[in-house]
Amino acid sequence: MSVASTTTQPSYHILSVLVQNRPGVLARVASLFARRGYNIFSLAVAPTEDDALSRITIVVDVESAPVEQVVKQLFKLIEVVKISELDPRRSVERELILATVRVTSENRGQVVELTNIFEGKILAVGVEAITVSLDGNPDKLDDFEDLLRGYGIVELQRTGRVALPKLDREARLRAVKGKAV
Amino acid sequence: MKMTGAQALIKALEMENTEVMFGLPGGCILPAYDPLLDSSIRHILVRHEQGAGHMAEGYAHVTGRPGVAMVTSGPAATNMVTPLCDAYMDSIPMVCITGQVATYAIGTDAFQECDTVGITRSVTKHNELVMTAQDLPMAVRQAFHIATTGRPGPTLIDIPKDCLTNTMDWHWPTDAEVIDSLPGYRPNMKGHPRMIKEAARLILESERPILYVGGGVLKARAAEALRELAEITQIHVVTTLMARGAFPDSHPLCLGMPGMHGTASATTAMQKSDLLIALGARFDDRITGKVSAFAQEAKIIHVDIDPAEQGKVRRPDVPIVGDCRLVIEEIVKAIKDLRNGGTEQADTSAWKSRISGWREQFPLSYEPSQPGEELKPQFCLEALRDSAPEDTILVSGVGQHQMWSSQYWNFERPYTWVNSGGLGTMGFSVPAAIGAKVGRPESTVWAIDGDGCFQMTAQELVTASLERIPVKVAILNNSYLGMVRQWQEMFYEERYSEVYLSPEVPDFVKWAEAMGCVGIRVDSPEEVQPAIDKANGVDDRPVVVDFRVAASEKVFPMVPAGAGNDDLLLPPSQMARKEFLR
Repeated sequence: MSVASTTTQPSYHILSVLVQNRPGVLARVASLFARRGYNIFSLAVAPTEDDALSRITIVVDVESAPVEQVVKQLFKLIEVVKISELDPRRSVERELILATVRVTSENRGQVVELTNIFEGKILAVGVEAITVSLDGNPDKLDDFEDLLRGYGIVELQRTGRVALPKLDREARLRAVKGKAV
Repeated sequence: MKMTGAQALIKALEMENTEVMFGLPGGCILPAYDPLLDSSIRHILVRHEQGAGHMAEGYAHVTGRPGVAMVTSGPAATNMVTPLCDAYMDSIPMVCITGQVATYAIGTDAFQECDTVGITRSVTKHNELVMTAQDLPMAVRQAFHIATTGRPGPTLIDIPKDCLTNTMDWHWPTDAEVIDSLPGYRPNMKGHPRMIKEAARLILESERPILYVGGGVLKARAAEALRELAEITQIHVVTTLMARGAFPDSHPLCLGMPGMHGTASATTAMQKSDLLIALGARFDDRITGKVSAFAQEAKIIHVDIDPAEQGKVRRPDVPIVGDCRLVIEEIVKAIKDLRNGGTEQADTSAWKSRISGWREQFPLSYEPSQPGEELKPQFCLEALRDSAPEDTILVSGVGQHQMWSSQYWNFERPYTWVNSGGLGTMGFSVPAAIGAKVGRPESTVWAIDGDGCFQMTAQELVTASLERIPVKVAILNNSYLGMVRQWQEMFYEERYSEVYLSPEVPDFVKWAEAMGCVGIRVDSPEEVQPAIDKANGVDDRPVVVDFRVAASEKVFPMVPAGAGNDDLLLPPSQMARKEFLR
């Protein structure tokens, strides 16, 4: 599940796909990937600020197909309105993890401490288990997950990443400059 | 105006200028068949839903207008999957309407329920499950718009029974409303001006250019533009299986079909070219052979309306996304501009003499049969060709007879050749010929079929008889699944596995007569011409001619699957001089 580090040449690509918010769109996207033999690392779907549109964030294994072909084939779907390719090095990515971890009275404190270090949340505490959550960069979630594994994971669920392009400095300050003048 | 969904559906089809539809009613689509009685639309009742689909394709092939098929839910919809996939692979505009169980029954495994939009998703350009009667006119408009614009293809509208019986307020969406409802669908028609200039420059610089013409040229109605481009540059043309007729076979620049069973000169000219000008072609594996060995020295100009075709198989040096007709016209202009500016075309005379050498040395050829010997299928085709009235439309099934048809016919005009190229659907020819005849009743329509293919869809000749659609069918009957037999002979050490049909059963003449057709059997070369004359003289019912041909005849040239195009196998009589093919 974990993907290559973002600092080297990424073996995955993030596609941010704006689609018409209609029944069956996700099935179309999924069946296109299956039909053409493209691998998906993760996929997240949700409505956008515009009711008529949803955004699908797909992390594609670029070793299974050239990203250019994936994008062109996706764009042939009538309900796909816009596709942005996000270079992992120039985008902000976030993901959420939920995990229930087996604990004893002796090591429960360690899990709590670990969660606090990662700035996660304790969602439920039981005698033999504890449920925690953490959102953040997927790499950070990978580290957190690895550390939790040592205690024994009862159940774990990650959302798959969502992403947007990073605002460069000029874009970030444009409005401020405008006001200053 | 209030009306039922069924009335709205038929009215919407009329508004889209549907003159004919092919179909078969059943439970869920029943309400739509009632207003059809009062409609101007001619409905042709088929014997199997697959037939309706292929008829719609044949109609679309020869008219350029979308073929329309209407069938019920469940098994009818699944029977439509093959024609939809066929139309999708060959970019045929087609609108299919399927009935569905009522909205409240969807998902309950109701009688004749199936997930039609799910099943047909990957074989349609777009499909839609309509959920209210009110949405029907828009769904019909979208389906026609999507099927006929951009890269054409099949669309499907799945309509639950209660949407047909419920009442709606008639509203016919405007063009603007249709376009606004499809924000993600904006086919690019005009090529990029910089790329067009670059293409013109490369064309004039090339010493060994070839125009590689695919079915997109026909879809874009670009045959005239193509002819001008070829003539002003004097560049030779190859027409793929899907493009036969896009450029006249009798034209001195025409090299015929390239690829696995193409002419040696067409295949080799592509192979040795330094510039392939691909127009509406998709570098199919039957054209390229082994991709890494394909036209290794050629630069590529690739004109296609579908951006996904650019670079799918071979990376183009000059990609141009746009409508073939518009782009070719612009390229012609750009070439004229360059010439007016003093640019001269490179010297192609050495290339031309190489090509004419290949044409002389390696014509299509077969060993004619001696008196008393078995009939040769190529001989039958030549006789059919030479007796065919002008503007005859040729339709074929899939296999050896298809390749011989493409090789031995002379295609002089666009839209006179109908076949299943991409999907390779056996059984295509009889129903597609019926659809073609419905679309162009004034033309003679000959279906060339194999005995294997014929047995898959022959029942539609009942439809043709009763609807008075006088198609002509020539079965090149070798009692084998001939192409498979050829592969087993050549690549499986003559171990023939499950390819022998039967020379006795069925009796094709009796079968034809039972279906209301004229049936003729031909066993020897002397009987060929009288049989063809008799068949051409029948115009009130379908004719089936059962040509009993030599089973051992093989299609040549041939590039074995997986081999490079340099390794093509010539007919045995030419193999000795293969070294000249360079």
